[in-house]
This record gives sequence, structure tokens and C-alpha cells, in this order.
Amino acid sequence: MSSIVSVSDVTKVFKTKDGDFEALKGINLEVEEGDIYGIIGMSGAGKSTLVRCFNFLERPTSGRVIVEGKDLAELTEKELREQRSRIGMIFQNFNLLMQKNVLDNVCFPLTTRGVKKSEAKKRAKELLDMVGLSDKEKSYPTMLSGGQKQRVAIARALATNPRILLCDEATSALDPQTTASILALLKKINQELGITIIVITHQMNVVREICNRVGIIEEGELVENGTVEQVFTHPKSRAARKLIIGGRNELDSEWSTGVISELHEEKKIRIVFSENSSYEPVISNMIMTIGCPVNILRADTKSVNGKAKGEMILGLPQEKDAQNSIIEYLKDHNLDVEEVTGDVE
Amino acid sequence: MWSSTVIEMIQKGILESLYMTLLSTLFAYVIGLPWGVALVVFNQGGLKPKNGIYRVLDVLANIMRSIPFLIMLILLIPVTVFIVGTSIGTTATVVPLTVAAAPMIARMVESSVQEVDQGVIEAAQSMGASNWQIIIHVLLVEARVSLISGATICVGTILGYSAMAGIVGGGGLGDIAIRYGYYRYQKDIMIVTVVLLVLLVQVFQLVGNITAMKMDKRRR
Repeated sequence: MSSIVSVSDVTKVFKTKDGDFEALKGINLEVEEGDIYGIIGMSGAGKSTLVRCFNFLERPTSGRVIVEGKDLAELTEKELREQRSRIGMIFQNFNLLMQKNVLDNVCFPLTTRGVKKSEAKKRAKELLDMVGLSDKEKSYPTMLSGGQKQRVAIARALATNPRILLCDEATSALDPQTTASILALLKKINQELGITIIVITHQMNVVREICNRVGIIEEGELVENGTVEQVFTHPKSRAARKLIIGGRNELDSEWSTGVISELHEEKKIRIVFSENSSYEPVISNMIMTIGCPVNILRADTKSVNGKAKGEMILGLPQEKDAQNSIIEYLKDHNLDVEEVTGDVE
Repeated sequence: MWSSTVIEMIQKGILESLYMTLLSTLFAYVIGLPWGVALVVFNQGGLKPKNGIYRVLDVLANIMRSIPFLIMLILLIPVTVFIVGTSIGTTATVVPLTVAAAPMIARMVESSVQEVDQGVIEAAQSMGASNWQIIIHVLLVEARVSLISGATICVGTILGYSAMAGIVGGGGLGDIAIRYGYYRYQKDIMIVTVVLLVLLVQVFQLVGNITAMKMDKRRR
């Protein structure tokens, strides 16, 4: 498959009163057609700036952005607007027109592109049907819930038949259940319409739920980039470890299992089970074989892209020999083992 | 005292006041609305930042707004004569009223349009809308409630200005109040005209409020 979005050496510098602020420091990434690509990072990492470079709402200070084979910097104003209508975008705050009803909101991108009102309405009704809101077409945005507003925004973003959908923190203002239903809708759009989706988020569960590939951005740099499975199993960068191992926040309730903090001095390891290895009682076997207890600090099972992944953090005993034999034993049993440094919290 | 001529005169005064107020509001909006929108669009962070144009429009609005209306009335006499042919009468008053009201309206429009959510503008841009389309279909539509409220305030102020026009023989209720109440000490006529002016402002305010409320789709 070929890249639908290709970003090379993109930088963005904002001029502020306190001097220049480098929001993006040379980003390189490729998004393949038909993929769901996640860009995850803490707030202020530059992910929203990056996603705005994909449709030139934000012009990069340097570097190239190529979308559907076209270098956005070389397009005229008119061509750029044309291209933008082929890139849908949805936002954290939905950004609906508050003085227009649902139907007119969905018609908006069509009528501004010169589509006849009657045709626009027909298309808008189809889209509202697809997002499950055909009974709300005469409602105004204030009368809708957050999830419904985002559905309207999705219908509106798809009105012009875009090939790419950018989602800027699209589920961050929604509760977990609504988030799940919006994510399911996005997945359906990706599968049924073949639209490439780029998801910006700070929630790891969003990435795990729908993305195939993920890039982790920290302080304006892309520190990790690969399949969700790879990155989840072997997080290399500090930011990835923080997001995956220690990235627990209130928004992501799945991570709220406690960690015993007084065990900081101990050596800790993180093991990840894949589907087949979860059948065998590896830990109990290991304890019996080596004859040395371990402390289970955290254990969890998650679905990564539909596959069950078990994750466990073990506190190991002080003795070096015991530690080594435990790690060796686990590796022999085909588990991914890695050491976790003090910042599990 | 309340002869038919007085009543006729007051009736004529009401019509003249309405004529001056509404006509100058209309003309002032023709100038002030684009002016106000331009102040937002050309400002830093606007749709098309153009610092030079913004500065000119901004300073011009400040200068014109700081000239007292009474002075403006006199300063503009040559202009009025050039446009209307005379400097006396209701139609002649429309010129200084328009000139005085336009920068005020520009500021009102500016603050209304500025309130439009930046995110909604960004969404429209992401859909490929042009700046013109954003101005017409997003800025003015989303800000319409605030624009109507602003217009209501402006109409009231222009009515007040039009009363001042009486001093240069402009006609209308203000003219009657000054001529009878001030020059001839006929307090009762003055009180009646003042009450009528108050009522007119009330009616404008009420109509404005109802229109704004009816138009606001943000209410449940």
C-alpha cells in the first residue's frame, strides 16, 4: 500500500513574546492508505499542531507535507481549499455551527463547494442515517448530547467524500461509553468506506481500541513509530513507557490499578503475554522451579487491536542470582520481559 | 394649549424622528458593518491579518468616535450641503447622523463578530470554505444575536443624537423639545416630547430583544 500522507522534516516555530517556540522539531512520518494511525502524546507535545499541518490549517515553518501525492505548499489558495475538502476533520469541541440545525450543519461543506441545496440535503440525510441521527435533522446543536454532536461533526466531515479523516482529540470531551461508540463508528467508517483515519489523542485506550499504527510525540519530536502491537509490547522511549506503563490518569480508568510505591528500590520487570502464553500458569511454575517468591505489583489484560494482551509488573527479590534466573526462565518461556525503572508511577 | 396644531406638530415630530433615526441607522450600517467585519478579519489572528489596513481602520474609528456629535454636526455642514443641497431640515441631519453612527456601529460589529468561536471558523476552513464564505455564512450567522442586540443599542443612541439635531433646525421631537421647552418655557410640551422619546426607545429595545431571542438557536 502507498502512503496517503507523507510528512518529511516538518518543523513549526511559533513566535511568542518570550522568543521563538519550536512546536515541531523535524517530524517524519508516513500514513498508509486505509490505515488508522494514532498520534499520541501528552498535552503540549505538539500533536495538535502536527495534525493541522496535514491540511495546512497550520503552515509548517519548513519541511514537506504531501497528501494524496500533492505537496500542499505548492498549491494555490484555491487548490488548497479543494484539497482541504478531501480531508475531513473533527474536533474535541465539535465546532458545530450553533445557529444552524443539524441538517444545515451537514449541508454546509457541500453548499460552500457549490452543490445544489436539494442535492446537499439528500446527501446530508444519507450521512445522518449512517451516523444514526436521522431523527435529529431539525434539531439545533444545543439540544444534542456530546456524543450526538460528535456524530453530526463526523457526518459533516464526511459530506464531501474525503479520503482522509483527521480526528483532533475527538473523544476527549466524552464519557467512556460515548467514547467507545464514537470509536466504533470511526472503525466502521474506516472499514466500510476505506477512509484513512488519523487520530490525535492523549488516551492510550483510544489508540489500543482502533489504531493499527501509532506514533508517539514528545516535545515536538516523534519518538516512536510502529504498529500498536510493537509499541505496546516493547515501548522504547521514555514517553511511550510513561503512556503505556505509567500513563494512568483519571480519563483512562483502565489504568487505575494501584501500584505499591514503597517498593521503589526493588528491581521491577514488566512482562507481556500474548494470547497463547496466557494459558500456561507461567508465574506459578516459575516460582516453584526457582523457589523464590515474586511480588505482583500490577496485572492487567487488555485488548490491543482485538487481541488479548496480558501485562504484569513483578517486583523481584534483592538477590542478583534469583533475579537473573527469573528473567531467564521467563524468556525461555517466550515472554517479553523488560526492566522497568523507578518511574512506574 | 393642546390645540390641533400642537398635536399635529408632535405627530410630525414623531415621524421626523423615526425618519432620521431609521434612515441614518440604515446608512450607518452600510458603512459600519463591513468596517466592523474588516476590523476583525484584518486584525492579528483574524482570517487575513493585514496590520496596515487594520491600523488605519482602527485609528479612524477612534478619531471619529471622539468628536462630540454637536461639533460633528457643525463640522460636516459643507459636506451636508454638498450631498443634500441644504444644511437645514431632517434629511440634512441624516448625513452627520450617519457619519457619527458608522464608527460606533463598526465597534459594535467588531465586538460581536469577535465572539464567534475560533474553533467553528477553523472547522469551516478545514472544510475548504473561502474567507468570503466564512464571513457570510459563519461569522455573520453565528454572531447574529449579538449583532441584533448591538443594533438595538445603536438605534437608541442614534435617536438620542437626532434629538440634538434640533439645535441646528433639524426637526423631530428633539427640535420641538428645545424650541418649546427651552426657548419658550412651555414645560408641558417638553415633557410630552421627552416621554415620547422614552417610549420610542422602549419600543426599539423591545423589538430588538424579541428579534434577538427568536433568532437565537442556542436556547433550548
